[in-house]
Amino acid sequence: MILKIALSIGLLLYSISIFLYLYRILKGPTTSDKVIALDSIGMNLVAIVALLSMFFDTNAYLDVILLIALLAFIGTVSFAKFIEKGKVIERERDN
Amino acid sequence: MSLLHVAILLPFFAALFIPLVYKWTKKIHTGWLVLPIPVLLFIYFCSFIPKTMHQSTTATMPWIPSFGINFTVVVDGLSLLFALLITGIGSLVVFYSIYYLGKKTERLNNFYAFLMIFMSAMLGVVLSDNLIVLYLFWEMTSISSFLLIGYWYHRERSRYGARKSMMITVFGGLMMLGGFILLHIMTDSFSVREIIASGPAITGNPLFVPAMIFILLGAFTKSAQVPFHVWLPDAMEAPTPVSAYLHSATMVKAGIYIVARFTPLFAVSEVWFWTIAIVGIITLLWGSINATKKNDLKAILAYSTISQLGLIMSLLGVGALSLHFGNEDFYAAAIVAAVFHLFNHATFKGSLFMMVGIVDHETGTRDIRRLGGLMRIMPITATIAFIGTFAMAGLPPFNGFLSKEMFFESMTDIVHMNLWNADTWGVLLPVIAWIASVFTFVYSMIIFFKTFTGKNKPYLLPKKPHEAPLGLLLPPSILAFLVVIIGIFPNLIAGPILEPAVKAIVPTLATTDSDFSIHVGFWHGITPALLMTIGVVIVGILLYKTNRYWKPWITTRVPKKWRIGRAYDASMFYLEQGSYRTTMWVMTGWLRTYLNYMLTAFIILIIGTMFVTDAFNFNLSAMTPVTAVDFVLAAVILVTLIGTVFSKSRITSIILLGAMGYTVSIFFIISRAPDLALTQLVIETISVVLYLLVFYHLPQFSNIEEKPKWFSIKTILSIGVGITVTLIALSAFDTTFYDSISQYYLDNAYKEAAGKNVVNVILVDFRGFDTLFETAVLAIASIGIYAMIKLRLTKRREKDENQ
Repeated sequence: MILKIALSIGLLLYSISIFLYLYRILKGPTTSDKVIALDSIGMNLVAIVALLSMFFDTNAYLDVILLIALLAFIGTVSFAKFIEKGKVIERERDN
Repeated sequence: MSLLHVAILLPFFAALFIPLVYKWTKKIHTGWLVLPIPVLLFIYFCSFIPKTMHQSTTATMPWIPSFGINFTVVVDGLSLLFALLITGIGSLVVFYSIYYLGKKTERLNNFYAFLMIFMSAMLGVVLSDNLIVLYLFWEMTSISSFLLIGYWYHRERSRYGARKSMMITVFGGLMMLGGFILLHIMTDSFSVREIIASGPAITGNPLFVPAMIFILLGAFTKSAQVPFHVWLPDAMEAPTPVSAYLHSATMVKAGIYIVARFTPLFAVSEVWFWTIAIVGIITLLWGSINATKKNDLKAILAYSTISQLGLIMSLLGVGALSLHFGNEDFYAAAIVAAVFHLFNHATFKGSLFMMVGIVDHETGTRDIRRLGGLMRIMPITATIAFIGTFAMAGLPPFNGFLSKEMFFESMTDIVHMNLWNADTWGVLLPVIAWIASVFTFVYSMIIFFKTFTGKNKPYLLPKKPHEAPLGLLLPPSILAFLVVIIGIFPNLIAGPILEPAVKAIVPTLATTDSDFSIHVGFWHGITPALLMTIGVVIVGILLYKTNRYWKPWITTRVPKKWRIGRAYDASMFYLEQGSYRTTMWVMTGWLRTYLNYMLTAFIILIIGTMFVTDAFNFNLSAMTPVTAVDFVLAAVILVTLIGTVFSKSRITSIILLGAMGYTVSIFFIISRAPDLALTQLVIETISVVLYLLVFYHLPQFSNIEEKPKWFSIKTILSIGVGITVTLIALSAFDTTFYDSISQYYLDNAYKEAAGKNVVNVILVDFRGFDTLFETAVLAIASIGIYAMIKLRLTKRREKDENQ
């Protein structure tokens, strides 16, 4: 019972933080702010999924946690590259 | 397949070989090789005369027996009369065309092939007992007539005339098909005789009158009744043999045939009687007045044909009364008059058309203002014209006189009717008939006297006129000879040909033979009809003499407002313009317009259906309790959604879409769908990256400067679609009639398929087929992307053009 309450509180807090990140995405003066906010949302999602799998008492979502972490990284890197160079995939390295 | 079928289809099969024969026999005029066919057929049909006087001959050839469609042929009096006209005048026309059409200048293979197809089709129309077969041949007459009118296709007027006649007659043909199908629905039979036999049973059927009107529309368009007569004058662009054959003697009488054929069925209805009589009498008057104002001989003849067809039609209308009231003799006399005049008209009108063809051929013009004084130069032609025109005017001793007398008798007799106000308004019928006859007299005189008497004006004629060769003169001479012979000895054809025809139209007459045959022979004595004819002659002569005073008035004032041909042109023009404008208005080329159409239709259809079937159902008692997490996630999605719609830059929209996709994956998690969540996350990431890739090449939002409008059609539609889908989802939620089948999968995933992941077992085991083709979709998509990127043909071409 106590575990459930704790988990709920944790979920609520993470949710609030997602909202705050969302505010940053909508507002954030530069694109970089938005991308970092998105990356952080990803990390929050990792935490939420972890909490939820505890809540549901299952280990079926552990893959998801790993995947979100991976994808958040890939996404952030590609955004970063996009902001830096204007394109995500460069065709020829020599130029 | 009997000899009758062979007879009907013989010209058609001959048409297949005519082009070959034409190529092989360059030295002989193709017409000579075609001529035996109609002559043979004529002799063959003559052999039916003794048989048909007593009973009808039938023959059947199965075609589509499962639908009751068989090529059944019936030769009764009416069919035989038409068949004799078709083959007899057909022979003469073929003979005439041999001399009329040059061997070197004309494409004779086309001409005779079309003509033979027409002859086959026309024989099929009059001899078929099956409605569908009749309709088939009916359309074949329309098509072959179209081909023959447009024979000189390099002329604009020919093409116009062909198109016009096609439009109108095919319109009527389709209407008639509708009528036939209604008849079939009522009687469950396609056989004309069976339908007529079951006539009393279907009289009260609500489809009875529609079927009648549809069939009448077909008959009226084909027989050039007002207001569908407009195609006939334009059909005069056809070669003269065609005009003589199709547009005076045979095809335009197909409508008359239909009316006569169905008289036993429909005559019980007063709609039938009034429609035919009134349309016929109006056509009679309209055609005769219009004929007097034309200057082209063929145009005069065209309008005179219209007028005479109206005469026959009105007689059939009056004759229909004889069936309505059982066996009253003078209305049967109207049928006799109709059939008699039908025959007479074919003879004298055929000869007149051929006469006009000769005049055209020998002088180079058909304009009565340039012709004149040809009597001395072309005495034989003048004699033919004299007989033809005086028969048409209804003067003794020609056959037109007899049928016109009978016409007047029938029309005056109708005044004695005391039903449907025939005794008061019915007076109009003989009066109109008399006026029309006066005009008929006038134009007949115009044709003869303006062409053959008066001063000869050789300087106005393109050619030096001289008498025609014997070959051209022979066919009209035969017809003119018939006109005189039948005028003097009408009983030559009355007994053997007309009587069976009348009996076919009025089957009740078959019981009282003796009484009925007297009527045909009776033509002496001073009757009101004779006095009317004398009146016609006197007033007609006066009008003809004063022709030049009233003709300008009638040509300038009356027609301009009332020309129905203009209505046809205008309707064609506005139909085309209207459809063009509608297309331009509806088909904007903007995808968003089409999307608007689709979404509007979606909303209206679904909400409408739900309202009609009263499908709203908001019972949410079975809903799972909503937790705080659900609320929070929904709020996140809502925020990202609103942000996506209203954001000013594309990159923000893409990031927000990504955030939305990730949140959806959390929804999958709390709905306990780990596989979906995994896939959703990966796909979301990839599509965000792809969006980035794509949108990088696009201009910035600010370049477009499009602020979202709050109250545009898009806003309304999107809200409408949202509401619609929500309503469906809510209503569908509680409308579960059967249990889910998912328990089977849960029970058997491991037992049957050796897998604990039920989702994956379903994907690859239970329902692996779907997965296979989803894979195919992905393969196609990737190949498509590869092809689109690599294959840039247009871009290269554009580049070439730019350089």
